[in-house]
Amino acid sequence: MEVSLGPLLYCWPKEKVIEFYRAVADSQIPLVYLGETICSRRRELKFTDYMDLAHMLKASGKEVVLSTLALLEAPSEYTELKKQVNNGEFTIEANDMGAVQAAKELGLPFICGPTINNYNLASLKKLHSWGMQRFVMPVELSKHWLDKVISIEAPAFEIEVFGHGFMPLALSARCFTARHKGLAKDKCQTICISNPKGLLAQTQESEPLLRLNGIQTQSAACIDLSSERSDMEKMGVDYFRVSPSGIKSVELADKLLNGEHEPQIHTDAELSCNGYWHQQAGFNRV
Amino acid sequence: MELLCPAGNLASLKIALNAGADAVYLGLKNDTNARSFAGLNFTPKKLQQAAEYTKKLGKKLFLTINTFPKPGEEQRWYEAVDIAASTGVDALIVADLSLLDYAHSRYPHLPLHLSVQASATNLGALQLYKEEFNIERAVLPRVLSMKQVRDLSKVTPVDLEVFAFGSLCIMAEGRCHLSSYVTGQSPNTGGSCSPAKHVRWQEQDGARLTRLNEVLIDKSSVDEQMGYPVVCKGRYTTQDNHEPTYLLESPTSLNTLSLLPELAKANVVSLKIEGRQRSPAYVEQVTSVWRRAIDTYLDNPDQYQTQDEWNRALSKVSEGQTTTLGAYERTWQ
Repeated sequence: MEVSLGPLLYCWPKEKVIEFYRAVADSQIPLVYLGETICSRRRELKFTDYMDLAHMLKASGKEVVLSTLALLEAPSEYTELKKQVNNGEFTIEANDMGAVQAAKELGLPFICGPTINNYNLASLKKLHSWGMQRFVMPVELSKHWLDKVISIEAPAFEIEVFGHGFMPLALSARCFTARHKGLAKDKCQTICISNPKGLLAQTQESEPLLRLNGIQTQSAACIDLSSERSDMEKMGVDYFRVSPSGIKSVELADKLLNGEHEPQIHTDAELSCNGYWHQQAGFNRV
Repeated sequence: MELLCPAGNLASLKIALNAGADAVYLGLKNDTNARSFAGLNFTPKKLQQAAEYTKKLGKKLFLTINTFPKPGEEQRWYEAVDIAASTGVDALIVADLSLLDYAHSRYPHLPLHLSVQASATNLGALQLYKEEFNIERAVLPRVLSMKQVRDLSKVTPVDLEVFAFGSLCIMAEGRCHLSSYVTGQSPNTGGSCSPAKHVRWQEQDGARLTRLNEVLIDKSSVDEQMGYPVVCKGRYTTQDNHEPTYLLESPTSLNTLSLLPELAKANVVSLKIEGRQRSPAYVEQVTSVWRRAIDTYLDNPDQYQTQDEWNRALSKVSEGQTTTLGAYERTWQ
């Protein structure tokens, strides 16, 4: 099983993003997803910037996939998405069925990201018939679910599991970060740039619960399935996805690739979870 | 414009149709629909009675099969489609690709509506479902502004249905894991959002604590009007605000009475009322108000104005007794 680096889900300043991907280029990570998946108002990096980064990563030997927006609302966003899909070089990660259609129309292969509703083999096979090469298991599904899917028949496509990082839980029209700062979405000043790992929300009993990242809601806890990797490998999982929240994620990916089974570098040990993998509430730690 | 109302049981169905609904939607009594609360929904026999009653009135019946089949248990979902076909419902409301495929290939005459759980918000997604499964209609998630609905209506290859009234889901439907993150049960696979068995209210030092699987969702005074507890409508703190606030949304209901003319001009074919889990009294109140509003509009479109008494009547059955235009209004966003 290989390790992949998921798309950066946060809004960082352009220089920091470039610096980050330089480090990625120097890492051992073989597969890198790249692109804005959350909000089209984040314009620190434009399409051409992402293409430059993709070329830089490709030149350092990485397989690069361009990740697309998860929630398309305006016609302009769909037009932009079609441009991404039709980039002439890189495969895309479809995070919305609109992207699946755009790839299918052009006869291009695609990857299904974790926000596409894939809950059974028949649906996965349908997507495969349209060009899906690999899918990222929706975060709320379990090892048991994957076992069942694989036991029906050996899939003709690859499997990737969201193995480490803050989980994408929901998408809204509302920008929670802007609202929290008293700003209207249309005049948001890209304020989410001030929360490089999202804004932590706690219950009134000081229990960390959620992480607000613009229109996205994430888990407060970091999913950590690194100790499950040998099981995944035996099952036939192709990629273990690390969803980046900082340079430490790149270090973690390298350690995993070096066969270190229990890395201790996620910052909030008490905030790690693995419930979904064990068919439990996502925030549980089994 | 069709007025489409919810029916959690036969009593509600009759009330909705007699109060002026053009069509009703309902689900079977199992996990093939996302409102699988105990005591709700229809056995095949009750579905048959519902279909006969609806047909007699010359109205329409839609069956919701809006969860995603679990591996190894697909048969239950296929059977639901078979039951619908043999009962003669007017359309199926479906989200899952494999079920759309099954229904379209086995029963090509049976109209398919794309469920809101499929989360289709753009031209590409609608084209895909139209080309592959010949869907006739799509229910739009509650994340588009009125302008975005209008823009989409100009290019859509299928009819559009929108949510007009009811509990406000603020996330892109079908792609929200907040409930399963806390409770372990996914609305997408047959649990409901915030399953009742995980909800617990507790009184402590004169305050009411609302818990979901023991997580403190909210803390209120004992006499405060509260909505049904869901993660997205709880009060939380952040590192820079220690005062608990509704960080995502407060308990409120969607009410689009004032948008009726705009929705009509955008050629929206159906106005959906949320609330299969609500009482027959709710169904009657909401259906009759919306019937009057639609008829008033159709009688004289240029003169349409929302009546205060309609809003008052709807406020009484709204969450937290407040209403919003939600994402339709750009300022909400």
